[in-house]
Amino acid sequence: MSSYEARFKVWRGDVKGGDLEDFKVEVNDGEVILDIIHRIQATQASDLAVRWNCKAGKCGSCSAEINGRPRLMCMTRMSVFTPEETITVTPLRAFPVVRDLVTDVGFNYQKAREVPSFVPPEGVGLGEYRMMQEDVDRSQEFRKCIECFLCQDTCHVVRDHEENKTAFAGPRFLMRVAELDMHPLDAAAESGLDRKKTAQDEHGLGYCNITKCCTEVCPEGIHITDNALIPLKERAVDRKYDPLVWLGSKIRRRSS
Amino acid sequence: MSVVERQEWDVVVVGAGGAGLRAAIEARERGARTAVICKSLFGKAHTVMAEGGIAAAMANVNEHDNWQVHFRDTLRGGKFLNQWRMSELHAKEAPDRVWELETWGALFDRTKDGRISQRNFGGHEYPRLAHVGDRTGLELIRTLQQKIVSLQQEDYKETGDYESRLKVYQECTVTRVLKDGSRVSGVFAYERETGRFMVLEAPSVVIATGGIGKSFKVTSNSWEYTGDGHALALLAGAPLLNMEFVQFHPTGMVWPPSVKGILVTESVRGDGGVLRNSDGKRFMFDYIPDVFKEKYAESEAEGDRWYEDPDHNRRPPELLPRDEVARAINSEVKAGRGSPHGGVFLDVSTRMPAEVIRRRLPSMYHQFKELADVDITAEAMEVGPTCHYVMGGIAVDSDTAAARGVEGLFAAGEVAGGMHGSNRLGGNSLSDLLVFGRRAGWHAADHAADLADSRPLVDDAEVDLAAAEALRPFSAEGPEPGKENGRPPENPYTLHQELQQTMNDLVGIIRREGEMEQALEKLADLRVRARRAGVEGHRQFNPGWHLALDLRNMLLVSECVARAALERTESRGGHTREDHPGMSRDWRRINLICQLTDPTGGLGATDPVSGQITLTRETTEPIRADLLALFEKEELVKYLAEEELYE
Amino acid sequence: MATGTEPQPKSGGVHTGTRAAIDAPHLRTDRWWLAPAGTAAGLLAFVVYSTWRAFADSNYYSAPYVSPFYSPCLAERCSTMHAGPNADLFGSWWGISPAIIILIFPLGFRLTCYYYRKAYYRGFWASPPACAVAEPHKKYTGETRFPLILQNVHRYFFYAALLVAGTLTYDTVLTFRDEHYHWGHMGLGTLVFVANIVLIWAYTLSCHSCRHIVGGKLKHFSKHPVRYKAWKFVGQLNNRHMQLAWASLISVAAADFYVYLVASGAFNDPRFF
Repeated sequence: MSSYEARFKVWRGDVKGGDLEDFKVEVNDGEVILDIIHRIQATQASDLAVRWNCKAGKCGSCSAEINGRPRLMCMTRMSVFTPEETITVTPLRAFPVVRDLVTDVGFNYQKAREVPSFVPPEGVGLGEYRMMQEDVDRSQEFRKCIECFLCQDTCHVVRDHEENKTAFAGPRFLMRVAELDMHPLDAAAESGLDRKKTAQDEHGLGYCNITKCCTEVCPEGIHITDNALIPLKERAVDRKYDPLVWLGSKIRRRSS
Repeated sequence: MSVVERQEWDVVVVGAGGAGLRAAIEARERGARTAVICKSLFGKAHTVMAEGGIAAAMANVNEHDNWQVHFRDTLRGGKFLNQWRMSELHAKEAPDRVWELETWGALFDRTKDGRISQRNFGGHEYPRLAHVGDRTGLELIRTLQQKIVSLQQEDYKETGDYESRLKVYQECTVTRVLKDGSRVSGVFAYERETGRFMVLEAPSVVIATGGIGKSFKVTSNSWEYTGDGHALALLAGAPLLNMEFVQFHPTGMVWPPSVKGILVTESVRGDGGVLRNSDGKRFMFDYIPDVFKEKYAESEAEGDRWYEDPDHNRRPPELLPRDEVARAINSEVKAGRGSPHGGVFLDVSTRMPAEVIRRRLPSMYHQFKELADVDITAEAMEVGPTCHYVMGGIAVDSDTAAARGVEGLFAAGEVAGGMHGSNRLGGNSLSDLLVFGRRAGWHAADHAADLADSRPLVDDAEVDLAAAEALRPFSAEGPEPGKENGRPPENPYTLHQELQQTMNDLVGIIRREGEMEQALEKLADLRVRARRAGVEGHRQFNPGWHLALDLRNMLLVSECVARAALERTESRGGHTREDHPGMSRDWRRINLICQLTDPTGGLGATDPVSGQITLTRETTEPIRADLLALFEKEELVKYLAEEELYE
Repeated sequence: MATGTEPQPKSGGVHTGTRAAIDAPHLRTDRWWLAPAGTAAGLLAFVVYSTWRAFADSNYYSAPYVSPFYSPCLAERCSTMHAGPNADLFGSWWGISPAIIILIFPLGFRLTCYYYRKAYYRGFWASPPACAVAEPHKKYTGETRFPLILQNVHRYFFYAALLVAGTLTYDTVLTFRDEHYHWGHMGLGTLVFVANIVLIWAYTLSCHSCRHIVGGKLKHFSKHPVRYKAWKFVGQLNNRHMQLAWASLISVAAADFYVYLVASGAFNDPRFF
């Protein structure tokens, strides 16, 4: 087994301020960034704050920025770096910092609450749900999401413009809207909720300029832009910019 | 002592995994104001790691399946040590609990006619596991999480506050259950982010904290699995049941070292993967125990036919219950027929086309590709046993999930004992979470409603004690009691590593009397040192401090495991004694009960011999006649003592 | 154009008060500027070339080849193309290059295309220049208001693009004639045209709007098996939308350039038969 000493710069501090701190740490074969952060914690800085859980890319807790790129620490292998390279690890830069590598991701939980939930179809009892595999495939892809919030972190709409946070739900939660709109048994429409329309009116779909960074950083490889956001934009067009549909809704409103 | 913030709730649920969230949903729907406390962020609980599926006899794929068959499989898997009433409720209620998830938005994989698809799994007679690829746990946790959000949205519409009736306190750790006499009065907790203390007052507390895997070195469990709930119950005066039964999942990753222990789902075998040793032999055919001889294939050809035609062939022995497979792998490696990194080979690459593997086992494909640089569609995986689950846990009433001896304390999920007997079948954990999570929430809400006019009171002195205990790691320097010279404090990380090594080596998958005695001595030593575990820095998000506090729980639970394992002189399920290799009919009726030696919940006693835990034996209630009648007589004689058969 | 030397805002964005205090606007160490710079250079080259050619109003027809920039040709001043794609819809008052009339459609299609939007937002507007690299703008409203809200008309340009692709297909069929309008011949130009039209169709059909219209808008694929198949097919093309966008951009320029070479007499179209 080959091991070497790597140079790390880890951001340490809190909301009052902080700086990149230098560490020299042992690295062994097959290790990932999170192993190194743990080694720093166990041997050099016992109070280095970091969030993590499963260490297998399934829970989405250990999101950070490694050499400036949003990534999961547990899924970034040391072998992608050269031993000479200095590796910089910082907290997510789109959210308020709590301490060291831990950020306040409350924004995402707030946005999750703003998306109306699944509406069960009326009169369909337990065990009576029938859905075809081809009809659930699309939403299943989105449900692979582990909520690491890397897409929310990298999206320039909120990363570079704090003021957009109120109006914009972010890729993760626009994808949630798409997931529900494509759910074969979601009865939102029957209950008077038009998800295609609210995607734009309430969740800020129009802010997305489809520059695809969310897709680039997704550790689950979900095609957020192509399969969720763009189809959602097209669905909004159906509702809002299709002259025939628009005319139809005007006439119906007048006659009712 | 500083003033600690207090809040009043009807039900407090500790833990936000499958069981905790299900309990919270139930309690809130029954009208109780409910708080959930979890150590991680909401939605990150260890349940997301569950891969294979949820076992429920819905009979969507094989029409012969029903709750009786499921019950039978569960008892066989648990070697008849199960708290049979729990297994009965579980088998009966699981289908409804799964279907309920659909009404909350879950999207399981489908059968051709649009129903929930079910897959084969070890120990289950029929395809029974509702699943979503190999990420079923994620689907479960997300569905429950989103159901909670939908309840909060309802509350928001009515009250203008999302958290008026159901609140999740994320990244908070409970260190003590508070009591008013024999009744629960609330919990004491600290917020990880700020280090602030708080007291949640409630007449009902549901413990749903999961397992104890972080006491072992090689484990599939996350950092949260420090046995908090087990310890909280012990400290509150509740007993733990059969803590010697720890499940080692047969297939964990063994390479590279940093991911050693991470789970390789049983679905790999359920979908056709086979185990081979370094000679290329499918060795499991040599390890079919007598009690299972009639149920499993004798030749590779028959086993292979079973995937296509399960009604006329017997299943391959790779699908034996987990304890059997784990022991078999252990034996092969010991006999020198292991893989280069000390495991055996698990191969799907020669069994299925690459495209099918990628579709059916996407996260496994991903996991090996990313973490080990192994392409499982082209080469075999290397796997070995990893500490996965504890069957033992808080002793509870089967119907109400109420913990014994402490009024107002409930437990559900992995932290509760009894349901799985000596060994859990794959897929039964997720259904367990749902069935007993719901029951715990239900009875906790009822209990709180009963006490609406006479809520137990929180004692200030108890709060002060809890606060002092939590702050001790910051003042660990100074002289050891009775000595003059000061010593530097112990590093909690070092202590933790030593504990894990001890449990792994001395109370691991194969156990021996002498080693376990050694383990108890080592644990006593660690206990003394842990009192001096000290940390730097301040209370704001300080992982060193958090670990120092968790050490108390891991040490308590480890002592329970070691003591109970030493006491049980037989091998059964998740407890294998090299010096007592046989399963004994007489031990079948015996439950081992662990209780805190000091009834006041103090932790003063550090004597290595007596320790902090008192162990007692208890004879179980006989299995109800109509349930026994579900088995053939010939099978029962293998497990039950003669007098039980004629009762 | 995006380079690493652009001035960066000192407050706001990643420097908002409560975020981790890190001076650098980004910490990427890879050559992140390469992709947007390459994109910008490629698009710019095409813009320069196509502007020259669109306004040139010459050398766009050499029987049997008509430049795709000038097809269909709809003004009186168009060269006469025997049985070719010209119809005098605009009459004599149209005083500039007839390419302008028709180019608006493919231009609009590509300008509102979901891939090209990404490309020029990143390459020209640096919004953002690359992932997790701070953008230089103080304000951002995306496609929520005029003029960018007009991007939503993409699907109407898609319909127009179908017609244009149809015309170009017709042009390609005509390339199986020789310079005397006799059928059953083929030259190097024919191959250029065939390659171009295949790429044009692949790009047009791989469009996200097309994917939506053929099946994406459905809630239940199981009830529409034919449209489901069509959706899956378009989806596979759509996976390569970026590659097709570039390939068809290059091929259309190449086809035009080929016609220019032949029409200006710089090159003689080799005839195979």
